Amino acid sequence: MSSEIDDAEEAVRVRFTVNGRKVACEVAPRDTLVDCLRNALELTGTHAGCEMGACGACLVQLDGRAVHGCLMFAVQADGARIDTIEGLSESGAIADLQAEFHRRNALQCGFCTPGMLINAHELLSRLTEPSRAAIRDALSGNFCRCTGYEAIVDAIAAVADARAAKASQEGSPG
Amino acid sequence: MKARAFSYHRAHSVDDAREAHARSGDDARYIAGGQSLVPALALRLQAPRILIDINHIEELRGVRCDGEWLRIGALTRHCEMLTDPLIAEFAPLLRAAAPFVAHPAIRNRGTLGGSVALADPASEFPAMMLALDAEIEIAGTSGRRRVRADDFFIDLFETAVGPGEIVTAILVPRFRCNQRICFDELARRRGDYALVGCGMLATCKDGLVETIRIAFFSVGNVPTRARSAEAVVSGARIDADRIVAAQAALDRDLAPPESDEVPPAMRLHLARVLLGRLLARMSEAA
Ligand SMILES: Cc1cc2nc3c(=O)[nH]c(=O)nc-3n(C[C@H](O)[C@H](O)[C@H](O)COP(=O)(O)OP(=O)(O)OC[C@H]3O[C@@H](n4cnc5c(N)ncnc54)[C@H](O)[C@@H]3O)c2cc1C
Ligand code: FES
Ligand code: FES
Repeated sequence: MSSEIDDAEEAVRVRFTVNGRKVACEVAPRDTLVDCLRNALELTGTHAGCEMGACGACLVQLDGRAVHGCLMFAVQADGARIDTIEGLSESGAIADLQAEFHRRNALQCGFCTPGMLINAHELLSRLTEPSRAAIRDALSGNFCRCTGYEAIVDAIAAVADARAAKASQEGSPG
Repeated sequence: MKARAFSYHRAHSVDDAREAHARSGDDARYIAGGQSLVPALALRLQAPRILIDINHIEELRGVRCDGEWLRIGALTRHCEMLTDPLIAEFAPLLRAAAPFVAHPAIRNRGTLGGSVALADPASEFPAMMLALDAEIEIAGTSGRRRVRADDFFIDLFETAVGPGEIVTAILVPRFRCNQRICFDELARRRGDYALVGCGMLATCKDGLVETIRIAFFSVGNVPTRARSAEAVVSGARIDADRIVAAQAALDRDLAPPESDEVPPAMRLHLARVLLGRLLARMSEAA
């Protein structure tokens, strides 16, 4: 066997916690995180679009922060906690966002939706009442080829309002 | 859109990383945030044999005061520029520039050290190094050295960082209460690289600008100080006449290259517009 890296695709073992489950898999160092999630772990909710950081379809949470699955290699995530759209859906953490996207037609083909939701989720965890400009700004790295964005911004704004209303209800005695 | 095969080394210290680089025969790349490097690998603009991950080197992390300086570890992420209280207090120009750097998820990964080491002429932070008179700490074979930003940027993507060397920290003179900053850029879309951008740091006294450093980006091969414009404004009260004179002086400071998208004359015009706006804001703050 040749020791030339060009010929021999070495495999490395990585372990991470994906959607709360400990998993181990064999990857080549050049496999991106999004490819590993989709191909090895069959979590195909995370989409691969441009594979160069431009479209935002591949967003996942790495240790609680939104990152591009196409802009890191799976080996780099060894030891990390990864949450994908599947995990966030099952936990119910974004159920209100999903319902509002659905209600307002904020998705058509759905290719961009997982990335949009992960970004929106992070935005709303940082800012409770973002302006429309702040929402647009947060989505500046997410392309949607179907909706024209307006319905997406509406949905996120509506969820922000609903969450704020709920929080103030819970906060006020009686 | 897949990188060529490489092997991966996770470094745990600066020496470990540098040794791995030397062992590779310098056919290696350090990866920090990866937000510029991974696209370059995917497009096969670069194809190193070894990728050395510096994300786990503890000493490259953290922001702290060090005498008259603010020491910002190379691994400080762009998003931390927006939230770190020491940055807000002692390096507010970086805080002001950060929202313009890429998009939120990219800011979650991208690092200050990576941005400065890459020295993309369209990037915000490298130019702010010039405006701040910052120093870049570099680890090389003969130990650590500090290079002033004025001497750091050499040519397109070329800096004082030699092969195998690592940027360990950025040192910024601590912001003082008699100083003022301004930052803005003109871009087609928020998060895109700017058509032209500018940041400035002025030291003021009794409503006069004593000294000022004005740095532009997206105007040529390297981030560029507008020294003639600085001279027009230094030691003066900024009024409408000064602003016009400073705008005229930009001719001598900037020579935007030919480009299909933005012709040089248009870029120079945009730089003048931006300078005028920023100096007007500065005059209100001074
Ligand atoms: C869609 C998109 C939009 C973007 N928009 C902008 C923008 O508007 N403005 C902007 O400024 N940037 C933008 N970026 C780039 C982003 O800011 C990068 O994070 C930054 O330029 C590089 O930092 P990094 O840590 O990701 O470096 P990496 O990509 O990891 O590395 C970049 C280069 O620097 C070297 N390097 C990294 N760290 C060190 C170190 N400590 N010592 C020595 N060498 C080192 C690497 O070997 C590599 O050659 C954008 C990126 C994308 C994908
Ligand atoms: S696939 Fe990652 S940003 Fe497009
Ligand atoms: S719904 Fe089709 S790309 Fe957004």
